[in-house]
Amino acid sequence: MKEQLESLQNEALDSISKTQDLKKLQEIKVSFLGKKGSLTSVLRGMGKLSKEERPIVGEVANRVRSSITAAIEQKNEELEAKAIEKQLEDEAIDVTLPGRPVQVGGKHVLTKLIEEIEDLFIGMGFEVQEGPEVETDFFNFEALNLPPNHPARDMQDTFYITNELLLRTHTSPVQARTMREYKGKKPVKMICPGKVYRRDNDDATHSHQFTQIEGLYIDRNVRMSDLKGVLNNFAKKIFGQDREIRLRPSFFPFTEPSVEMDISCKICGGKGCSVCKKSGWIEILGAGMVHPKVLEMAGYDSKEFSGFAFGMGPDRIAMLKYGIDDIRQFYVNDTRFLKQYHNA
Amino acid sequence: MLVSLNWLKNYVDIDSITPEELAEKITKSGIEVDGIEYIAEKSKNVVVGYVETCEKHPNADKLNLCQVDVGDQKLQIICGAPNVRQGQKVAVAKPGAILPGNFKIKKVKLRGVESNGMICSLQELGIEEKFVPKDTADGIFVFPNDVEIGEDVEPLLNLNDAILEFDLTPNRADCLSMIGIAYEVAAILDQDIHLPEVKIKTITEKAQNYVSVEVEDKELNPYYGAFIIKDIEVKPSPLWMRNYLIAAGIRPINNVVDITNFVLLEYGQPLHAFDYDQLQSEKIVVRRAKENETLITLDEKERMLTTDNLVITNGKEPIALAGVMGGANTEVSEQTTTILLEAAYFDGFSVRKTVKATGLRSEASTRYEKGIDPSRVKIAGERACQLLYEYANGKVLANSVEVDSLDCTKKTVEITTNEINKRLGTEISTEEIVSILEKLRFAFDQEKDHFTVEIPTRRGDISIFEDMLEEVARIYGYDNLPYTLPIGAADAGALTQRQNLKRKVKNFMESSGLMEGITYSLTDLNNSKKLISPDIEEENITPVKLAMPMSEDHQFLRLSILPELLRTLAYNNARGQRNTGLYELGSIFITEEEILTKQPEEKLRLAGALTGEWISHPWQQENKKVDFYVVKGIVEGLFEFLKLPATFKKEKLSDMHPGRCASIAVNNEPIGFIGQVHPMFVKKMDLKETYVFDINMEKVFSAYKKEPETKPIPKFPSITRDIAFIVDENVVAGDLKASIEEIGAPLVKKVRIFDVYQGKNLPEGKKSIAYSLVYRHPEKTLKDDEVEESYQQIIDEVNKKYDSYIRS
Repeated sequence: MKEQLESLQNEALDSISKTQDLKKLQEIKVSFLGKKGSLTSVLRGMGKLSKEERPIVGEVANRVRSSITAAIEQKNEELEAKAIEKQLEDEAIDVTLPGRPVQVGGKHVLTKLIEEIEDLFIGMGFEVQEGPEVETDFFNFEALNLPPNHPARDMQDTFYITNELLLRTHTSPVQARTMREYKGKKPVKMICPGKVYRRDNDDATHSHQFTQIEGLYIDRNVRMSDLKGVLNNFAKKIFGQDREIRLRPSFFPFTEPSVEMDISCKICGGKGCSVCKKSGWIEILGAGMVHPKVLEMAGYDSKEFSGFAFGMGPDRIAMLKYGIDDIRQFYVNDTRFLKQYHNA
Repeated sequence: MLVSLNWLKNYVDIDSITPEELAEKITKSGIEVDGIEYIAEKSKNVVVGYVETCEKHPNADKLNLCQVDVGDQKLQIICGAPNVRQGQKVAVAKPGAILPGNFKIKKVKLRGVESNGMICSLQELGIEEKFVPKDTADGIFVFPNDVEIGEDVEPLLNLNDAILEFDLTPNRADCLSMIGIAYEVAAILDQDIHLPEVKIKTITEKAQNYVSVEVEDKELNPYYGAFIIKDIEVKPSPLWMRNYLIAAGIRPINNVVDITNFVLLEYGQPLHAFDYDQLQSEKIVVRRAKENETLITLDEKERMLTTDNLVITNGKEPIALAGVMGGANTEVSEQTTTILLEAAYFDGFSVRKTVKATGLRSEASTRYEKGIDPSRVKIAGERACQLLYEYANGKVLANSVEVDSLDCTKKTVEITTNEINKRLGTEISTEEIVSILEKLRFAFDQEKDHFTVEIPTRRGDISIFEDMLEEVARIYGYDNLPYTLPIGAADAGALTQRQNLKRKVKNFMESSGLMEGITYSLTDLNNSKKLISPDIEEENITPVKLAMPMSEDHQFLRLSILPELLRTLAYNNARGQRNTGLYELGSIFITEEEILTKQPEEKLRLAGALTGEWISHPWQQENKKVDFYVVKGIVEGLFEFLKLPATFKKEKLSDMHPGRCASIAVNNEPIGFIGQVHPMFVKKMDLKETYVFDINMEKVFSAYKKEPETKPIPKFPSITRDIAFIVDENVVAGDLKASIEEIGAPLVKKVRIFDVYQGKNLPEGKKSIAYSLVYRHPEKTLKDDEVEESYQQIIDEVNKKYDSYIRS
């Protein structure tokens, strides 16, 4: 019987190793190990064996069974792996075909720049204020030390609606509004981005609508060197660490002293080129120490409080930063133009 | 203001600095120099030549054959200019010379005759046509006799001059004169200043015998001085003066006019010369014009005047518009022998009014408008008399006739070293401040670190401490200010909730595939009333109109973002960009007033416009055009993101597709609309199917809850059941869904539509809508019979309500 079992084992192992088919393997399993399988039928004859023989043959029988089972399992794994490999081979695709497109939107380049500037000033402790685009003559001009008859209040430059109401020509009125809101007591530290309007014919460098960011800081002991430090931070963050700034005298009715800030020209590195009109410097913004009349009009004691203000044009800054040569591009919204700055 | 450096050298030493360095220094400390122009490119080998003979060219009628002595040699030159004559001293470009425009002069043969050089016009030497005196404009330039033969013409004609273009801010009217500029440059370079020495030689005859002056409105004309100069010889002014005027951008005319212009530029004081013999009276009366009085000005135009205009009269009628322009009838001409020279101070505001009313702006009016130095009025008149004596052989009558109520008091400003440093963040010493005040040539009294500064009348812009702060700072140099950061209260900066939400909404729109656009707030009449959202509560809204628009396209403030956004779509479409989805977040301007008495309400809105293909993925047969549901998906997504329950209801709006438009509400509050724009509306713009949405952001802000709510994630499994109702085709899916939710509550957690069908196998006029229902109990696992009970209830009640039945 032992011999019988061993020959059965050899036969089984032989046919397992030869098979290349999962179905066949299953049949082999059944034919040897199944209820009616050859191993089972051999084992049925165990009862006829003597007490002494039984454990010996039993052990052989178990060895044979487990060896066949193991072989089948191994073969099964082998064949399954092959089958999957085959299936995957059939599933191969052309990876160079285009994917299903996703609609990609994006921010307007001016919004991106404005948000970047907002975040920069928020980091320096400024808050963001907003104000109406239709302003009163008082807030747009008078509260900013531009009394009636002032030459800078030319009707020609302002979109008036009535004698008293107009489209704001700058975001500076928000200064005056915020200062009044704080009633001459609290320090003010704000920037105000927004749309402004001027009575201009639209061309490559003029737009009747554009954007501005106004900044204002009022506190006790504000120094002009603080203005320089804040503007320097701004310029380096927005234009690059390697840029230098310079302040030079200018004039605005609502600040005294008044300055304009230039940054060193990136294109020529300060040597002078066509972009910087050979000066090596590019004008970026106007600024100054808040005029005492503006402080007093808003209820601040100009002996106790001082401050600085600045105003810049994101349109111009974006034009400089990205080499855009026509301001109208911002407002006609050619999607090919808009897309170029979505990763800015 | 154009500043000739050769001219400026007369008052301040600038020899040791290049024009570029000077421009840079002035820009950094005072006034922006916009550019540097050189009168002409270097012209070498151009010298003064003497025309010894001048004959007709043997072979050409219009050419002259000249023998010219240029000092070291004699040259035969053929000249085509009509004004060349024997005996003239002219500018000769010798062979080898290079003229502006890289024009090389060579020996040539013209019609068989040799020509060794060229006799030049001013234009050929690089002077702009418009500045060339009219008498030489059509030919060669002829020098006065006193120049040397062989002399280099470059300095003679000031061709080596550099002109700085000053971009003056309105406060620096003091720099509208060469002397003012000289003070500025002297302060910046720490140099001495040399003012012209003004001495007039008068004859014994007195001006009073010729004229009397009367000023009716001393407020508008606090000083009027009249000088009489007789025996004037009107002729060209000296070459140097013409050179300076050309450099300053003024065309030389004759000595009298040139001298008044020269002094205007030198002192910043406008002067006017009247032909005394044309006055037709012996008096000057300055008064306001009478209503409808007229005057023919120097430019030959008749001006209608009003009482706003100050005029100079001869006692009867106007002879000049004060401070703006003289009259034609008293203009100085070749025949003039006696002139009345006016040196006056006119009120700037009054002059500005006249300028505005007449549209006339002159060098004189610009200076009056910005304010002149009261201390220089008379001396400028005397300076002109001196020059008229020297260069027009004029005899100056003794004693000018004046009416003088001019205030020349000097203002004072107090400053201290401490206060200056406190405001600037600097550590400037008292000695440095002394030095700065000296450079500025401001007189002062000093007591330790306290200064009382006397402001010269030329600096009308300085009156308070802060003005002096600026003076000290700019001369000290802004480059020398330290960089500091504010040391005040350090409140943290942050966006407000509203500002934050704006950014979130924008980000959502962008992640939904829309691009942000920024359009104009001003639109045209037609668009101003289009596509206005039904959620706006004001009843009689009317668009705000500008008083003086620049164009018809931009004259009304928008009541909706959509028309301009659609225009943007059309713009892109016309450029081949046919698949576009744009949104804009911006204000509209709401009022019910026809004529505004208060500011309109500015309401923030979110609008979007989409057209063309939304998804284009042809090789997997997945193409999707923008349709109502694409846009609705974005809007629904937004409200889901904001956790606001939005409902949509069919709506009919003008200019919208009658069957594809819905109003949107949140908590039963109208908040905007969505839909397809009427095909006829977009057809005019060449657009095809176009969809829009428009949402009231103010209402979004007020409904939005800032804090997220944390709820436990469901622990128990859900059971899903599908159900399909066959209903009348007019039943809308949303109503049915709402009913299912209502009946199924609280176990039905979610109802989703998964199929809508109409057609084959269904009766005419019927449609099938299939829903998928998700059941869940928060505290236990649901049993089948509990679900079954609710399911049956839904079927029964829906069928009853909608007269529907179940599709099996």
